[in-house]
Amino acid sequence: MLKITGYADRVSVFPGETIQFMVNCEAAAYEADIVRVVHGDTAPAGPGLKLVPIPSFPAATYPGRPQRIHAGSFGVVPDGPELSALASVSVQAMIQPTTPAKGEQGIITRWDPVRGAGFALVIDENGALALRVGDGLGGEATVSTGRAMHAGTWYFVGASFDAASGEIVVRQEPLRTFPGRDDTGSASATVSVRSIAHAGAPLLFAALFAREERGRIIAGAHYNGRIEAPRLCAVAVDRAAMEQLKTPPLPPLVSSPLLAAWDFSKDISGVSLVDVGPSRLDGYVVNMPARGVVGHLHQVDVHDWKSAPEQWGAIHFHDDDVYDAGWEADFAWKVPDDLPSGVYAARLRIEGQQQHVTFVVRAPRGKAGSKLLYIFPLATYLAYANEHFGTNSALVEMHLNRATVLHPHQVFLNEHREYGHSLYDTHTDGSPVYYSSRFRPILNMQPTIEANHGARPSNLWLFNADTHITDWLEENGFDFDVATDEDLHNEGLGLLRSYRTVMTSTHPEYYSRQMWDGLFAFTESGGRLMYMGGNGFYWRVAFHQTVPGVMEVRRAEAGSRSWEAPTGEYYHSFTGEYGGLWRRQGGRAPNVMCGVGFIAQGFDESSYYVRKPGSEDPRAAFILEGVGADERIGDFGLIGGGAAGMEVDCHNPALGSPPHALVLASSERHSEAHCLVVEEMLYNFMGSTGDVCPQVHADLVFYETLGGGAVFSVGSIAWAGSLSHNGYDNNVSLITKNVLDRFLDETPFEVAVREASLSR
Amino acid sequence: MTTSSLELSRSEIAAAIEEFRRKPVGQHSATLQHIINIMRGEPIEGKYVLLCTKPHREWVLAQMNGRAKPITVFDDVVFHDLHTAELAIFRLRWKRHFGELPPELLDDEKTLLPPPAPEAR
Repeated sequence: MLKITGYADRVSVFPGETIQFMVNCEAAAYEADIVRVVHGDTAPAGPGLKLVPIPSFPAATYPGRPQRIHAGSFGVVPDGPELSALASVSVQAMIQPTTPAKGEQGIITRWDPVRGAGFALVIDENGALALRVGDGLGGEATVSTGRAMHAGTWYFVGASFDAASGEIVVRQEPLRTFPGRDDTGSASATVSVRSIAHAGAPLLFAALFAREERGRIIAGAHYNGRIEAPRLCAVAVDRAAMEQLKTPPLPPLVSSPLLAAWDFSKDISGVSLVDVGPSRLDGYVVNMPARGVVGHLHQVDVHDWKSAPEQWGAIHFHDDDVYDAGWEADFAWKVPDDLPSGVYAARLRIEGQQQHVTFVVRAPRGKAGSKLLYIFPLATYLAYANEHFGTNSALVEMHLNRATVLHPHQVFLNEHREYGHSLYDTHTDGSPVYYSSRFRPILNMQPTIEANHGARPSNLWLFNADTHITDWLEENGFDFDVATDEDLHNEGLGLLRSYRTVMTSTHPEYYSRQMWDGLFAFTESGGRLMYMGGNGFYWRVAFHQTVPGVMEVRRAEAGSRSWEAPTGEYYHSFTGEYGGLWRRQGGRAPNVMCGVGFIAQGFDESSYYVRKPGSEDPRAAFILEGVGADERIGDFGLIGGGAAGMEVDCHNPALGSPPHALVLASSERHSEAHCLVVEEMLYNFMGSTGDVCPQVHADLVFYETLGGGAVFSVGSIAWAGSLSHNGYDNNVSLITKNVLDRFLDETPFEVAVREASLSR
Repeated sequence: MTTSSLELSRSEIAAAIEEFRRKPVGQHSATLQHIINIMRGEPIEGKYVLLCTKPHREWVLAQMNGRAKPITVFDDVVFHDLHTAELAIFRLRWKRHFGELPPELLDDEKTLLPPPAPEAR
């Protein structure tokens, strides 16, 4: 099991800036240095690991200390005079518990665990609603409905405590029930507790307060499920009064016993909890629970939360949400002014184990160091961050068509759910993971790491597979700068303007609108794009507008999905933008960006390309120079033994591949494990696998763009795994080099589109 | 107790096993893929997997126990190549799904490895 993990306060840093590293280490000490990541693949079949130590940060020893992640989202209303003055209390809400049987879970609580004081509306050990009160003097009492709730059912829940009489009333009422169910319940009792005022604690939603650590609230008894329309009264109110407060509009506040009424449909894009009651007891959320989720009032025919936010008045809390691990920094590094842009990592070592915290050093602000920019696909790495493919589902083996091989980091993540999930995973309660943050260790974004996807012999996927590209660039003596696509999101075309050519990674799958617009504007204004992968520009994502480093995906009604967003949850909460495939966003299919779009996936073996008539076009002569007419292209490689495989894309003018694009080569003879993607099928049919379906193939595509630019696309994730074959002397490497040499040449590409069309 | 059945002749089974022995990963015959799909369709609880213990050099047998639950690791069932490991898992699953292999197939040591004697750590 891993005894050392870490992350940095940023993934992208300029020379002269300082980056901080947070380390969890169970050993007494660890050694750290900084390396330039050239090639992270340790497979004996490849050129081997190349991590180059940086002299300005020599290895040093640091004291180790354990640091924990406190996962679980909740809402906080800071303690204040209104709360501390509470004598009697009533609380109520609409809730949809998703794991009512998991043990005690806080719903609305102001509980001081040290003094045993305050109140706590909870789901108890038996899955029933209960109210606990404590006077801080040793007196505690709990009254439960004694009726277990059902997962997924919406309930009205309410409870009151009368300090004068000591009477507690609790009630839970399902909005819909079924024959044979017995989940409606109420109970009342007179208890000896007469005060709840001695609680030194904030009011929490979806958890119980535990303690404060360095200004951060640590909570426990995390609730899974949705909470909507919570209300707080400073007196014990009856059921009729609760009914008046249940849903908007609220009764006139003048005559109301109401102290606070939180409307979670306010600030769906933000992190605040807005109190629309008389006291303005506003709060905030911790660890990014899901917002923009449908509440109990959601109606058919309404799909966009912006059009009727009151129907999206719920927040879905999860006991495994995590935004910011919040660890203390262990060491920092001021990046030297003269350090070349590139991919770097802090290497953390204890006996028998090492971890790498990966980051990008950019070119000095406003000063491109090269004509080539490699885009580090942080958005896609975030989407896959700490994925649990191999340990959450039995399906992965059917997907890979080979035995599942687990690696130590995956075994660790299976048991350490507090490290958070990828956007492919589901939460404890089975609901989709909408958000992924970079403020936590991302164990699969580092060199040396193998994956389930990405086939043998190297078994690499995403970051480590992408080092096949950076290694090839270095081996061939190409200077290049690196920036992340989060940088592209923030800076748009301005980031790209200084470069002649932009090169992608093997799988730049997740793109925000800002990223998409910036890159497309670049190719439409003379820039050159080398799309070096497969299944790129596929999912639309959104970055939070005020909170840094967290990204959202909503897997809407199409595409290869590991989960499906429920009805009414296709719009990003962060921005209100429609989610899902770029293909469904109107004129923005991947083919529009790079001439090809996702067509098939399979993860057992890769195949090769053969030349197509487009390769005979004089416009493409520079690309195929040195490649024989009948030569198989890429019938070798570290990712499945071929250059075409894993996820592959094809040319399709109907989806926006430019009419003058040349198909230079296409792959063939894919395995049965390579299946046609679902968005191409519409309904299921036989014969949709690579061994029999001609649609299942990758296309190698080239076309010119306006202003002297051009696009070259390989349409396959496995392509880069072939670059180093035979000492980098092979036709995949040659084609890539031919293209890059020309793409770095300032001479504009010129083509008469009409003439190009005729020549096809 | 077996959980599946195959309507295949002994020679078809022998051919499929021999095919898997030669090439456990990649394009398979329809018969072999049919068998594999049945065996791999089992639930996550108890599913055989491999745990990599030395990158690209050593793997051990393990069993999944469900989401978030520690896996069961068989330290003494060690493999030094994935090809051999695939064969071992194939054999374990065969027994679970279809029962003991025909004796003439069992006798061939090349065909599939002897069943491991699992001892969980």
